[in-house]
Amino acid sequence: MSDIKKFMFVNRKAPYGTIYALESLEVVLITAAFDQEVSLAFMDDGVYQLKKGQQTKGIETKNFSPTYRALEGYDIEKLYVEKESMEARGLSEGDLLVDVTVLGKKEIGELMDQQDVVLSF
Amino acid sequence: MLHIINKSPLSNGALDSCLRVAESGEILLIEDAVYAATKGSALEGKMKEAMDKLKVLVLLPDLEARGLADRIIEGVATVDYGGFVDLVASNKNCQSWL
Amino acid sequence: MKFGIVINEGPYQHQASDTAYLFCKAALEKGHEIFRVFFYHDGVNNASRLTEPPQDDRNIVARWSKLAEEHKIDLVVCVAAALRRGIKDENLAPGFRISGLGQLVEAGIQADRMVTFGD
Repeated sequence: MSDIKKFMFVNRKAPYGTIYALESLEVVLITAAFDQEVSLAFMDDGVYQLKKGQQTKGIETKNFSPTYRALEGYDIEKLYVEKESMEARGLSEGDLLVDVTVLGKKEIGELMDQQDVVLSF
Repeated sequence: MLHIINKSPLSNGALDSCLRVAESGEILLIEDAVYAATKGSALEGKMKEAMDKLKVLVLLPDLEARGLADRIIEGVATVDYGGFVDLVASNKNCQSWL
Repeated sequence: MKFGIVINEGPYQHQASDTAYLFCKAALEKGHEIFRVFFYHDGVNNASRLTEPPQDDRNIVARWSKLAEEHKIDLVVCVAAALRRGIKDENLAPGFRISGLGQLVEAGIQADRMVTFGD
């Protein structure tokens, strides 16, 4: 048991404008393959990563958003969205392409406190 | 936990986001975030408010490099790189708000 | 204590690599161990031996190589990020090695603390 750590991936950046959202998914999948306890937090512009209906043909870039829906198959089920960030962007849960747990800012902060490793993307 | 900020709060929201979610712990200002530790900026009130719940520290070599070491907000502690290491070691975990 | 370090930015463009280096040096002086430094995203550019800074500037790449040699530090360059940017075994500076993202995760598991430096 001592080899299992709590990894949290904090996603705060929008997709496509920079590579971080895509890279975060890569590390998330590898961390799960190492049998670690994985959770993802989406705050600030990171919430945009989960917006439904992404069409990337016009920018000639791979649409990686379906991967969020595939995470469940790797036993990655802890997806948290910060309520304040979501609302500040005019989004609601119905706009998101995957089931998430919406948490208030304080709850997100408390969750971060409980992690062993926090990686920012 | 230790929150590490490296962006100027006057042009980036990282510090704001950190202060929004963090209820306790320590904040270390490094690189361009050291401007948040200076007196007389538009951020001073917000920083003083933050200091009620969080301990705020600044990486002195970065503040010196930017010519502002004589303007630290009262109550903000300074550390050198060794102090930075101690902070990471003494906190259970840390997050860089990139 | 064992530290794992992640560097996300290239040399000279951003202060991340400088701060990470000075952090590592201070940690070693205090008797800590640097378990691994993982170079990720544009951070892989820290590993190019073709780097030639002006004479009066610090040599960031050579500085990492020297630190690695003196303290036996594992400098790992993310393979996918490296290949995308033309960093290969043939232009790798001494002390660096190219490997996968699993090395980043393993550092997170093995090290007592992980610290990320980036933009």
